[in-house]
Amino acid sequence: MKKKYSIFSIARNAFSGHKNWPKMWRSPEPREFYDAIIIGGGGHGLGTAYYLAKEHGLKNIAVIEKGWLGGGNTGRNTTIIRSNYLWDDSAHLYEHSLKLWENLSQELNYNVMFSQRGVMNLAHNEHDIKEIKRRISANNLNGIDSQWLSKEEIQKMVPIMNTDNLRYPVLGASFQPRGGVARHDAIAWGFAMRADEMGVDIIQNCEAQKIRTKNGKIEGVETSKGFIRANKIGVVASGHTSVLAETAGIRLPLQSKPLQALVSEPIKPIIDTVVMSAAVHAYVSQSDKGELVIGAGTDSYNSFTQRGGFNIIEETIRAMVELYPVFGKMKMLRQWGGIVDICPDASPIISKCDVEGLFFNCGWGTGGFKATPGSANVFAHTIAKNEPHQINAAFSLNRFVSGKLVDEHGAAAVAH
Amino acid sequence: MLLIECPYCGPRDQSEFSNGGEAHVKRPDGSQEISDREWGEYVFIRSNPKGLFYERWVHSHGCRKWFNCVRDTSTDEILKIYKLDDPKPPLKDFENKIQTPSGEPDVGSGNFTVKK
Repeated sequence: MKKKYSIFSIARNAFSGHKNWPKMWRSPEPREFYDAIIIGGGGHGLGTAYYLAKEHGLKNIAVIEKGWLGGGNTGRNTTIIRSNYLWDDSAHLYEHSLKLWENLSQELNYNVMFSQRGVMNLAHNEHDIKEIKRRISANNLNGIDSQWLSKEEIQKMVPIMNTDNLRYPVLGASFQPRGGVARHDAIAWGFAMRADEMGVDIIQNCEAQKIRTKNGKIEGVETSKGFIRANKIGVVASGHTSVLAETAGIRLPLQSKPLQALVSEPIKPIIDTVVMSAAVHAYVSQSDKGELVIGAGTDSYNSFTQRGGFNIIEETIRAMVELYPVFGKMKMLRQWGGIVDICPDASPIISKCDVEGLFFNCGWGTGGFKATPGSANVFAHTIAKNEPHQINAAFSLNRFVSGKLVDEHGAAAVAH
Repeated sequence: MLLIECPYCGPRDQSEFSNGGEAHVKRPDGSQEISDREWGEYVFIRSNPKGLFYERWVHSHGCRKWFNCVRDTSTDEILKIYKLDDPKPPLKDFENKIQTPSGEPDVGSGNFTVKK
């Protein structure tokens, strides 16, 4: 039965103390065989299953997840959404995603709390100004809303910002009004619920252990709940993708590192946009609960420990306090790390590989959340048709043989 | 945050060091003959194991010397530090704390979403 959410369903359930809401998805045991298995129950994986069922008519699909849904990087980021990337290939991919975000709450009938409050990228030196202005022009040529803000305009929008009295003064910024933030859990839950309604089996606490292949063709996946046969497997396991690929004898150009973020105590509304600074490395937005959501950088070394080094937090907080002296006495409530898979060119891989029936959607590094629906959409197309959508054709594994990289270190905004 | 024992200066704070990625990567012979794929492998692809990992560090704010290290990437525990001209210690010298390639160690993973 299709679950509908409205003001009436909220009122109806209020009478029974919100104790009788139906389960959002089933928790089935895995079947012996699936047409397609998606490894990784985050936003990208659940979205892939959703679009496979909805747009490509695949019925026999499973999503397997080691922990709980959205407990990986989907729940461990700063939820910033934008599409102001430099190169055509990435601009098209991220813009495709942003357009899907704009209609997602309606499409899923589930509020993903997408709030288009704008995203600002600060310039702190002459070089930043030139790079950012170049990127704005590139964005405009690709039909993406992106504009230059002078220091005075920034001061008007974010009066708490210290623009002059700091080591790297604020000289200007790019601004994308359609950018913003969304609710991280909602995207995973919304996709999961609607995929489940179309018959997708969502299997949690089921760890993929080995991808089995035979004569260059996929056979299935060994899991903590036994061996499951499959015609096609899509691996969307972020930091753990290369570890799983290795079990099928495939080496991917990925390095896994912890990326940290932290959240402050809740305060009254003080900042109504998203401000990012790549140069001093601090980015911040305010959640609907009133907490400041602050993003830090990655550790310099490979690691799978979901916490990260303290020196990274120290650097970020230093930059935050200099940029916003008013935050100086605030307390931080929570800190976490997510394991991100970083590609040499800071662009993702959405591609098939040498093994027939095995597909990878990985390498999102420090900026995968914004791309969730777009990535899922084109990855579903790639799996269903056995060939890439024109939007993700440039993001194949083959670019590390041909050398045709999509270098987005500048637009990625997080230092790594 | 790590405490790293530089083989020349002794234990120092991690902030004095820079990480140099995977150790023991050999540049392929016959650069004229090898294929684009082999070049791509050498230029772009590095091991990324969960568990035992051979890596390089440089004491950039100290003696500026390079050295090698075996570290468990699932717990961040440093297991052995050795000089660049020392032989590569075999994997069997170290205990692998995870049972499956993407599993979690009992202590030190920082991952609370997975039932152990």
